Amino acid sequence: MRSNLGFFSDEKFRSIFFQTLVVGLFALGLFFVISTTSYNLEKRNIATGWSFLQNPAGFDISFSPFLEFKSTDTHLKVYFVGVLNTLLVSVTGCIAATILGFILGIVRLSSNWLLSRLVYIYVEFSRNVPLLLQIILWYSILIQLPRVKQSLQVLDVFYISNRGLYSPRPIFESGFSYVSIAILLALISSFLINRWAKKRQDKTGQQFPVFSSSIGLIFIVPLILFFILGSPLSFEHPELKGFNFKGGLVIRPEFIAMFLALSIYTAAFISEIVRAGIMSVSKGQREASAAIGLKQTWIMRLIIIPQALRVIVPPLTSQYLNLTKNSSLGIAVGYADLVHGFGGISLNQTGQAIECMAIVMATYLSISLTISFFMNIYNRSIQFKEK
Amino acid sequence: MKKLLSIFAVVAFAFSAHAGTLDDVKNRGFLKCGVTTGLAGFAAPDDSGEWAGLDADMCRAVAVAVFGDRSKVEFITTTGKSRFPTLASGEVDMLARNTTWTISRDVNLGFEFVGVNFYDGQGFMVPSALGVSSATELDGATVCIQTGTTTELNLADFFRLNGISYEALPIETNDEGKENLFAGRCDVYTTDASGLSSTRAAASNPDKWVVLPEIISKEPLGPLVRHGDHQWGDVVRWSLNAMIIAEELGITSENVDAQMSSNVPEVLRLLGVEGNYGEMLELSNDWAYQIIKQIGNYSESYEANVGPDTPLEIARGLNALWTQGGILYAPPFR
Repeated sequence: MRSNLGFFSDEKFRSIFFQTLVVGLFALGLFFVISTTSYNLEKRNIATGWSFLQNPAGFDISFSPFLEFKSTDTHLKVYFVGVLNTLLVSVTGCIAATILGFILGIVRLSSNWLLSRLVYIYVEFSRNVPLLLQIILWYSILIQLPRVKQSLQVLDVFYISNRGLYSPRPIFESGFSYVSIAILLALISSFLINRWAKKRQDKTGQQFPVFSSSIGLIFIVPLILFFILGSPLSFEHPELKGFNFKGGLVIRPEFIAMFLALSIYTAAFISEIVRAGIMSVSKGQREASAAIGLKQTWIMRLIIIPQALRVIVPPLTSQYLNLTKNSSLGIAVGYADLVHGFGGISLNQTGQAIECMAIVMATYLSISLTISFFMNIYNRSIQFKEK
Repeated sequence: MKKLLSIFAVVAFAFSAHAGTLDDVKNRGFLKCGVTTGLAGFAAPDDSGEWAGLDADMCRAVAVAVFGDRSKVEFITTTGKSRFPTLASGEVDMLARNTTWTISRDVNLGFEFVGVNFYDGQGFMVPSALGVSSATELDGATVCIQTGTTTELNLADFFRLNGISYEALPIETNDEGKENLFAGRCDVYTTDASGLSSTRAAASNPDKWVVLPEIISKEPLGPLVRHGDHQWGDVVRWSLNAMIIAEELGITSENVDAQMSSNVPEVLRLLGVEGNYGEMLELSNDWAYQIIKQIGNYSESYEANVGPDTPLEIARGLNALWTQGGILYAPPFR
């Protein structure tokens, strides 16, 4: 009894004992879940395995902007279409939410009472109404747009109906590749000019009009080349034929509803993060920069934002993760994302629930970890560097 | 540690040990029946909030067989997608949910279809203003389709076979289909012909919608249970068969009491006057009598829910008895 107590009063022994106990219990629990699952699967004669991935899907997915999908393709391809659609709405949503969030966060701090109140109302409304309702709201509005035969025509080339937004599709003819090369070269040289100008300013204090010269390089030079080559670009216009518009580019209402709801909802959170970040920079910084005669826009760009970013980026990362995971709500409006296509239709047609769900979960985990990885690199690059 | 292990063993046993579904239902005191989220004529709440329809009657018939009381049912709504996991997990005791009997569902998913309570086929419905008279003219149309169904697969096959293209608009429930079709987001709605009739009946102006003549598939719809529990499967199977046999023998809810003194042997066997068929099923001996008395025979249920006198206006067709030109057929009651 005594020796036993002696062991327990030893801190090292105690910590090892409890850690082993916790790991052991966890392993036991895991074993219990797996064995019960496989026992019940076997008992109910439910087939397991991964071979279903190679079977033809048998159904069609219409929303697949990157891959052509036919009903004879496999469930594996359903998976890839789903991943691409999830990435499409997540990436565009993150970009839009960031831009909107930054603008709103700054406007919220503006001294204009009306503007800052309006943003306040927007933030409180959109972050306190469930996202699912917002998605359904946007979709309900979009399908109340005119029917396809009574489409609204905008600027003679765009058509808006409840089937989506139709626009002309650019067709690149031979010769356009020279224009692309010119744009690429212009981008590289603008980047080099920017570096050179910075160095020169550091050394001599002289400034160089980087912005206007870059604009000139990127827009004017390729444009001149474009006309010299005889405008090697034409457009395919959408035309109403039979049931639907044929040709052109189309953005479907399911995508628009998801995009709007996700970016507007997340932008509300981001704007609060941006506001907190800016407010975390001490007032003295602003006053000191004003005292040395910097312009208002420069104070924001050179003094406030770089310091605020250190506070902004970590919570911003979790907003990106949230947005990506929230895109799984696409099922509510029939947006063909990963959960809807592979985790829903394939699962249901094959009955391989555990396999499909495991794949979907692993995929979201990988996407999230990738986002975290890159955001962490970015975060390190903007942190205060001690010299 | 030993104690812990024994606790785990007990829990594991409680999870895996499975008494028969029939005993579970009896102990619980009511039946859990999986139905649609609302499809008029098959299973939908009526004006007083009571579930009504052909499938709802199927659920009630089983409840009557077990308890002798048509109200001992809890209706649990399921979507096309949630229905199978709901049944497999034991959340419901049976499904009566417009579910097509196919080999993969019967074999691979681990279910058992116990019969067919409605012979259906997949059709198309379009606005009459479109002026379409055949499904082969639908090239380029946007089609509303319920995901996770056999109709989804048939649709792809049909368009591929005919070499025409379409754009699928995936939806989850019949209500979503209605909403999108009526708003013009899709040109065509495709599902079982009975479902189309139900949807059309619910439109503000049914004449504006037309069901195209093509029936592109066989859709035998019937109740199903988990594979392996044969006793329970028998109870559901014979509850359905009892209704069909009652129609064959001309027994209705009105004349069932008079039929107790019939001189036809099969009538007496069915009503439990002769033989002990109820005991074989571990039910009371008047179980079939109660079904007919409280629910009616197949024809009564059909005419009240989906027949020509209802808004759905579906003629008996394939669902007439085999003696009357249909294919409805139940094995003999002996």
